[in-house]
Amino acid sequence: MSTATDRRVPDDQVVPGETSTPPGGRSGREALSEMSNPHRARAVKDVVAKVVMWAAFFLAMVPLVWILGTVVAKGFHMLTTATWWTGNQRNINSDDFGGGARHAIEGTLQMVGFTALIAVPIGILTAVYLVEYGRGRLAKAISFTVDILSGVPSIVAALFIYAVWVTAFGFSRSGFAAALALVLLMIPVIVRSTEEMLKLVPNELREAAYALGVPKWATVVKIVLRTAFSGIVTGVLLGIARVMGETAPLLILAPYTKNFQRDLFNGNFPTLPMMINQDRGDFALATAAERMWGAALTLILLVLLLNVIGRVIAHFGAVKK
Amino acid sequence: MSTVTGASAADQTPGPDGRRPLQADQASTGRVGDRLFGGAATVSGVLVIVLVSLIAIFLIVQAVPALMDNSANFFTSRVWAPGGDQPAFGILEFLWTTVTASTIAMALSVPVGVAVALFLTQYAPSWMRRPAAGLVDLLAAVPSIVYGLWGLIAFAPVFKPVQSFIQDKLGWFPLFAPTGISGGTICFIGVVLAIMVLPIVTALSREVFDQTPTAHKEGALALGATQWEMIRTAVLPFGRPGVISASMLALGRALGETIAVTFLVSALADGNPWSWSLFNGGETFASKIANNASEFSNPNKTGAYIAAGLVLFVLTFVVNSIARVVIERRKAFTE
Repeated sequence: MSTATDRRVPDDQVVPGETSTPPGGRSGREALSEMSNPHRARAVKDVVAKVVMWAAFFLAMVPLVWILGTVVAKGFHMLTTATWWTGNQRNINSDDFGGGARHAIEGTLQMVGFTALIAVPIGILTAVYLVEYGRGRLAKAISFTVDILSGVPSIVAALFIYAVWVTAFGFSRSGFAAALALVLLMIPVIVRSTEEMLKLVPNELREAAYALGVPKWATVVKIVLRTAFSGIVTGVLLGIARVMGETAPLLILAPYTKNFQRDLFNGNFPTLPMMINQDRGDFALATAAERMWGAALTLILLVLLLNVIGRVIAHFGAVKK
Repeated sequence: MSTVTGASAADQTPGPDGRRPLQADQASTGRVGDRLFGGAATVSGVLVIVLVSLIAIFLIVQAVPALMDNSANFFTSRVWAPGGDQPAFGILEFLWTTVTASTIAMALSVPVGVAVALFLTQYAPSWMRRPAAGLVDLLAAVPSIVYGLWGLIAFAPVFKPVQSFIQDKLGWFPLFAPTGISGGTICFIGVVLAIMVLPIVTALSREVFDQTPTAHKEGALALGATQWEMIRTAVLPFGRPGVISASMLALGRALGETIAVTFLVSALADGNPWSWSLFNGGETFASKIANNASEFSNPNKTGAYIAAGLVLFVLTFVVNSIARVVIERRKAFTE
């Protein structure tokens, strides 16, 4: 009622204090003036923005090309020697040429494998809790702490394990202690990626299972996890790749050895990042620098291999909508 | 814990993802398999909470005795002599280096990262978007020790002339004052950190820019906006919370980055004069701890390093919490 009468007011009488120019009247003159100078300024800004964006992208590509180029150029010839893949660094000093990296490659793979063995079940189950079971406060608290854990610097994780494992329990440093620190860094990666994958599983699948009388746990294990399987595997591989290059925990918890060493629980442990770190003080020596580049290239290749495998699995096994 | 079996009335409330609840699961309450599996999932989740709490507790418990014995002010002293009968240590230098280097990293990586994200979502031809994004992600896959190695051997010699050029021309300004240190200055570390966190800023920003409603973009264009005006009025405001939280996550990463910084820093001699210069040396929290890992001999010494680590933990905790809050608020806004 009242709205109808209100609306009539402007038609009947001009409201005092307001100019009588209709809203559309002004634009003609303004558009005219915009055609000349301001319009050019806008067009120039547009072009400048475009150039800046392209330039930013190429600027970002500079370090990538530079880093990968240097690592390949300086490290590749180390990888072509046979001893690199078969030998270790025993009795090889920083001014000696070459030596092998097999001890470090094996050590790194063994350590991340062990890390994954602990972190993957915890990570996947936590993600299952968050997506399939969790609600209310506990789920919020868990989700928040996963975020916090993913932000914990690797050096802090290492200090924590040191405080528990070495200071409180009195054990000595070992590959196992470093693996524990890596577990802390890996869990949030696994949780987040698995969570994303579980959320992609259509609810209809769960409902269909329930309708057939399948218990919830079996639905989760046999329907949900199986549907999301390839995505979860991808997440796990990316998580492994992420911790593979971590050096800080190794520095604090797993002193390097130049020998073959397969025992995670006693003594020093060889890993690729620590092999690079070993020659850090002598980087001015060509022999040491070569070895560092070689180890760096080997490490990058391992990380990229995991990334590529992960992406291929993701590509071929994606959840169909 | 009744929520585990899906039986309690509280189940009606939607979960964190808002995509709840499967009422049918109430039918399966009480089966052994359900209890075991649901229990295992809950235990894992709770374990994560316990772990994070333990990190804080252990760091605090082991830092406190060392802090009690500390004869210097922990926050304002620049001395670091945690051993001996009269331990004295303060974190001022590490705090300054860590925060300054991270600030430089942010100042460089946020604008470039956002520009790259805009390029990838708005400007790049469509055939180029996926491979280009993959290349930026590749930057994130490079292990940080490789950044350290590259910075040390390949980048430092190139950066040195730039550094001395700035010192020559702008040296009168305290921030750019020459210090005689040419290697791993705070500024250099900031630049390397900027490169390392760039993919984080880009990846998250790209995600939110991609979600800009097409209606907003088309609306802006229909009103006569140029492409840049459309981005400024539609894409950037929509993506702002995402960009802020991305920057916060990147900042958290920069604050805690260890091995690359450890490769690059130039430690300062004891008793060196204080300088505001960005071309000074100095250790960050992480590099100081990493460089002295072999020194963890007596509990007091270790306690001092753990106290430094605790400060770093608190710093990153605060930064990551801010990121989280910003994301949460955005979620509430868009849903």
